[in-house]
Amino acid sequence: MFYFIAKRTIISFFIMLAATTLMYFLTISSGDPFEDLGETSGPEKAATIAARTAAMNLDVPPIPRYFLWLQDVGHCLVPGGISCTLGQDRTGADVLPQLQNAMGSTLRLVVVATVLALVLGVVVGIVTAIRQYSTFDYSVTFVSFLLFSLPLFWLSTLLKQYLAIDLNTWLSNPQFSYLTIALIGVVAGVIWAVVVGGDRRRRLMVFGVAAAATALALYLLLVTRWFVNPGFGVVGMLVSAAGIAVLWTALLAGFRRRRVLNAALAAGAVSFAGYLVSIPLLTDPTWLVVVALVIVMAVVSYVVAGAVGGPFRAQAAKIGAVIAVSVSLLILLDRLLQAYPTLSAKAGGRPIPTTGSQSANLAGTFWEINLDYALHLILPTIALTLISFATYTRYTRASQLDVMNQDYIRTARAKGLSERTVLVKHAFRNAMIPITTLMAFDFAGVLGGAVITEQVFGWNGMGKMFVDGIATVDPGPVMAFFLVVGTAAVLFNMLADIAYAFLDPRITLS
Amino acid sequence: MSDKKFEPNDSRASSERSELTLLSQDTDIATAPPTREQTDRIRTTAAKSQGRLIRERFFRHKGALAGIALLALIFLLAFTSIGFAGIPGWWNKDYDVLAARFNEGKPTLTLWPFSLGEHPFGQDVLGRDYFALTMRGTQTSLIIAFIVGIVAMLIGTTVGALAGYFRGWTEAFLMRITDVVITIPTVVIAAAVAGIVAKAGIIPFAVFLGIVTWTGLARLVRGEFLSLREKEFVESAKSVGASSFRIIFRHILPNTVGVIIVSTTLAISGAILLETALSYLGLGVTAPDTSLGKAINDNRSALTVRPWLFLWPGAFIIGIALAVNFIGDGLRDAFDPKQTRVKQ
Repeated sequence: MFYFIAKRTIISFFIMLAATTLMYFLTISSGDPFEDLGETSGPEKAATIAARTAAMNLDVPPIPRYFLWLQDVGHCLVPGGISCTLGQDRTGADVLPQLQNAMGSTLRLVVVATVLALVLGVVVGIVTAIRQYSTFDYSVTFVSFLLFSLPLFWLSTLLKQYLAIDLNTWLSNPQFSYLTIALIGVVAGVIWAVVVGGDRRRRLMVFGVAAAATALALYLLLVTRWFVNPGFGVVGMLVSAAGIAVLWTALLAGFRRRRVLNAALAAGAVSFAGYLVSIPLLTDPTWLVVVALVIVMAVVSYVVAGAVGGPFRAQAAKIGAVIAVSVSLLILLDRLLQAYPTLSAKAGGRPIPTTGSQSANLAGTFWEINLDYALHLILPTIALTLISFATYTRYTRASQLDVMNQDYIRTARAKGLSERTVLVKHAFRNAMIPITTLMAFDFAGVLGGAVITEQVFGWNGMGKMFVDGIATVDPGPVMAFFLVVGTAAVLFNMLADIAYAFLDPRITLS
Repeated sequence: MSDKKFEPNDSRASSERSELTLLSQDTDIATAPPTREQTDRIRTTAAKSQGRLIRERFFRHKGALAGIALLALIFLLAFTSIGFAGIPGWWNKDYDVLAARFNEGKPTLTLWPFSLGEHPFGQDVLGRDYFALTMRGTQTSLIIAFIVGIVAMLIGTTVGALAGYFRGWTEAFLMRITDVVITIPTVVIAAAVAGIVAKAGIIPFAVFLGIVTWTGLARLVRGEFLSLREKEFVESAKSVGASSFRIIFRHILPNTVGVIIVSTTLAISGAILLETALSYLGLGVTAPDTSLGKAINDNRSALTVRPWLFLWPGAFIIGIALAVNFIGDGLRDAFDPKQTRVKQ
């Protein structure tokens, strides 16, 4: 294990070294760094040329210049050495501070999009595999092919131009006619009926219940002006905590063991108590407080659920922790939503922004600032997520089908295990193994896609650093971007290999 | 990754052919000459060649057939309408001629009753006929995509085949190069050089894109070679003294053709999207050439006022990519029936 990691780290280091060499020489040979000065003349021109030459070491031949850059990077690797700057851009400014500024927004975008795409893609992929050859399966297949074929920038521009504007207009006065409510209900009913499947009677019943429930929920949300003052409230939180407890139990343990269900409900109750207790703590917290609260809740739930679980202590405790974390996320979401009215007022009643990664000079609470980030993330995340989602769905489906046709699944069914146990314990876990590799590849791809998305939405992220750097033949910012992207790619590939060995005992790392 | 049920044979065809098969296979079935009754009971299917099986599986895939139809339609439309390489087409306007704007440059295409009108896709800000411009862009994008596919196929296959067959230092060297190129996201490496290469014209640009997108195929082909080189037929070819070159190209490569074709198809659809993305960043096709991505980039500020300038090229990009993706899916099923999972 240690040997494997050491070997891979050394190989990865040399691969990165070779890749930076390639990238560096490609960048400096991609054009003329003085191209923009072609039209100007006079003493400023000479001064600019001199300044740029000094900043970019243009008086040094390319190969020593690369080593100068490498030396700058080396300063960052050696602790306590000369200050780490990652070199300078063409105006003579240090690259590292720029990279630090740019990295936050880009990583936020990439991580949120990857996580969303992964969760949605895996869930939909599993459902399509279970309902193979159903209408739902065929529709998802077609939609994912469509998403594969969409140019990212085209989709982003459409989202920005149409979705954002319409959504903002609607949010300023959130009302639907009865006809619209009914139509949304019907659409939701059709989707549920297709997903759940079964014979005609069952499908009709699912359709009816889902359509009525959706329409009623939407009607209530509109009447109570939920979209103006969103949030769950105390009652909503209580119901959600109970719902989450039941849902996770259904998924992870089933209802055959009453003690486990009781333990899950106890964990739900603990989480709800945590919600009540944490109200004063969360008016304007820091990330440290938030993370600490989540950990405390998870630990308390783990202990309580384990105690209630009795003979099924281990299983109950794990489910308890999962429930506590889910409820904490819900609490955070609730607090974010509560910050919405004030933030919306600050944004002049048009809350969904179409440009930038955050509002300039926004002074507000922890929740307002983070909600502002989240609202800025909506559109680019939708664009990036949709495209990765297609990949995850297809791969998960293929992988799950592959596993479902294995002999051990037949054995599991033959010995009378419930379908839930077969699907979750025997099939799902094994189907996830190839997805780890996909994640490693996809993350690098999404970082590349972020270049385009940032361009469309006018973000000042790493993508912009890269595109501007390429346009001005300035290797400093380009290489800084590449250092992050390349390291991420190499690191994720290594992590995928290690995860692979953990998940699949047949594979040994050597 | 397919959605079609794989049925071994359809019954009508097999009954028609059964007699013929019996005649030819009589001697194989039993050493003693079978009686009339015995032969009647034995039902065999006609022996089919590998190629024929693949063709049949492919033509059962409705999505792939629709993809072929759509792609053929787009090809025909793009190359016959404004002509190609000096040969005139049936459309009477040129993509680079400025004209007065007619009805604010709105599209005149009506579907019912069908009529093209003066400017079916409208006119751009300068009054150029947008149908001709889109067709020209489609031609460019198609040419680029196919060249990228072919170049990536040649490099990827060669690298993968050499690495997988020779193992040892060759493999270590070639696969480390592949790792280096894979570390750099395609958009990034392409963007770094596309700007300069694109100025040289669309062909060098396309070749260059091919040079940076071969890595996936190389890994796949290497994987195939690693398993095939251990097979008995390679052993026997070696024992009769066949050269490495002959073994690679005559014995192993034909067995990997499925992987190569499928991967190349997907590389083509990826290339369409890559080219448009680079052109959108201003690093792709440059004037006087035009491509679908460039057309969208030129008109991106016009979306609110003249949405058709944005939507038409987009529709063609999606059409081509979707068609190619469906064809790729059909080919995958045809070449690898294991991927087609029978419903349980």
